[in-house]
Amino acid sequence: MEQQSVSHAFSYSQEELKAFLDAIKFMYGYDFTDYAEASIKRRILNFMNMYKIPTLQDLSKILLKDEAVFETFIQELSVTVTEMFRDPTFYKSLRENVMERLATYPVIKIWIAGCATGEEVYSIAIVLKEAGLLERSIIYATDINQRSIQIAKDGLYPVDNMKAYTVNYNKSGGMHSLSEYYISKYNSVLFDKSLRDNVVFSPHNLTADKSFNEFQLIVCRNVLIYFNQQLQNKVINLFHESLCSFGFLALGNKESLLFTDRKSNFEDVDKKERIFMKIG
Amino acid sequence: MMNRIDTNRIVEAVVIGASAGGLHALIHVLSALPADYFLPIIVVQHRGKEHTKLLEEILQTKCLMRVKQADEKEKIHGACIYIAPPDYHLLIEQDETFSLTSDIYVKHSRPSIDLLFATAAEVYKEKLVGIILTGASSDGAEGMLEIRRAGGYTIAQEPTTAEYPYMPQASVSIGSICSNLTLDEISSYLKQLYERR
Ligand SMILES: C[S@@+](CC[C@H](N)C(=O)[O-])C[C@H]1O[C@@H](n2cnc3c(N)ncnc32)[C@H](O)[C@@H]1O
Repeated sequence: MEQQSVSHAFSYSQEELKAFLDAIKFMYGYDFTDYAEASIKRRILNFMNMYKIPTLQDLSKILLKDEAVFETFIQELSVTVTEMFRDPTFYKSLRENVMERLATYPVIKIWIAGCATGEEVYSIAIVLKEAGLLERSIIYATDINQRSIQIAKDGLYPVDNMKAYTVNYNKSGGMHSLSEYYISKYNSVLFDKSLRDNVVFSPHNLTADKSFNEFQLIVCRNVLIYFNQQLQNKVINLFHESLCSFGFLALGNKESLLFTDRKSNFEDVDKKERIFMKIG
Repeated sequence: MMNRIDTNRIVEAVVIGASAGGLHALIHVLSALPADYFLPIIVVQHRGKEHTKLLEEILQTKCLMRVKQADEKEKIHGACIYIAPPDYHLLIEQDETFSLTSDIYVKHSRPSIDLLFATAAEVYKEKLVGIILTGASSDGAEGMLEIRRAGGYTIAQEPTTAEYPYMPQASVSIGSICSNLTLDEISSYLKQLYERR
């Protein structure tokens, strides 16, 4: 959702927000009650502004009645901002510190949780390909936002973004030219199908859904920042449970295990880039 | 524009927004504060995302107060200058902790001064002081309006004295400012708060 203004005509209290999120959870099973409040509050206000819905009670009534509006609401609540090779030094570290160890597995299973519109998935697929590992990798790319998942599957992105992505790719230690991985079509580029041959795109909700496999690498970047500490802890437990021994966990630049009770079950692989290894 | 300074207010936090020319202005305002300055001072300074810690390091060499980059879920305390990390929005939660988000740019900026100010206003209400310094952006004006609406005290660097007047002027123009002050006046205002705490 475009968030160009911080002023809103409407407002509501913390208690109203709680009651509202409880109703959503009860009706649709989507649990936003443990999301960090400041951000979700502003996104709901944006939605109310956009559709001229004056109170949270009104919004509640509309959402509980109309599932189609609810779908749109869910889309708007999730922050889909992402890019290819975001934080190039992270990808450089993946290449240098993780690929070699992944190479020791006959089959490499990777979970990219909160993959948004897929730019991250294609980036990781390219890193795997350049390490000669893509063919024996299976990547599960999941997100709560079904519309984002669809975009990820299509692999079709605006050509305007490619300049910045090329810079990122080169900084990440890219071995070729990013343009070798896509073809241009009008104002879009289409990424090579071979990059996603081994990718399974699927909806998965980190607040409610269970572990579904055992992985050598889990990447979940810039998702936990939207959760409160309790939920962060729960999700880290889910990841811990889903990793093989000595499996890797990669978080976003500002995310840590500091507040989680699994802290001592992980060891730093690259402290700055927030790459960890499960050691117990 | 009224220029009488409001020193009778109970203050719990100070938020500062700065863009082009901000480093010198920040040093000017903050270097005179004592190490045990009682308030948290929370700063958004626009900068390139590759400058990961440089601003914090430079400020720390010039300031007596502790300077650190704001961390995700960190509890906010007095006697500390918190700087928003590059490439993330910095928000304040009701329990006086920080949240970071990687939402879309607001007014071409991430971190957004507007977002910090608006969320700070919701938490600290009339006990908040908002300061907008030099810059070539309109970021911060709406946030200042939110602070003022919530009863907080809003100060703009007097635009004619700012290295880049556009940003403080934008706040003045939409009527969000209580006082226009020079950097010296802002600095001594903050010191006065300390002296009569
Ligand atoms: C800011 S994006 C991060 C995208 C990408 N990982 C990156 O770092 O660029 C956050 C993503 O988290 C997803 N998300 C939010 N809540 C979720 C949940 N409960 N389960 C799964 N994904 C969720 C959003 O839909 C969104 O795609």
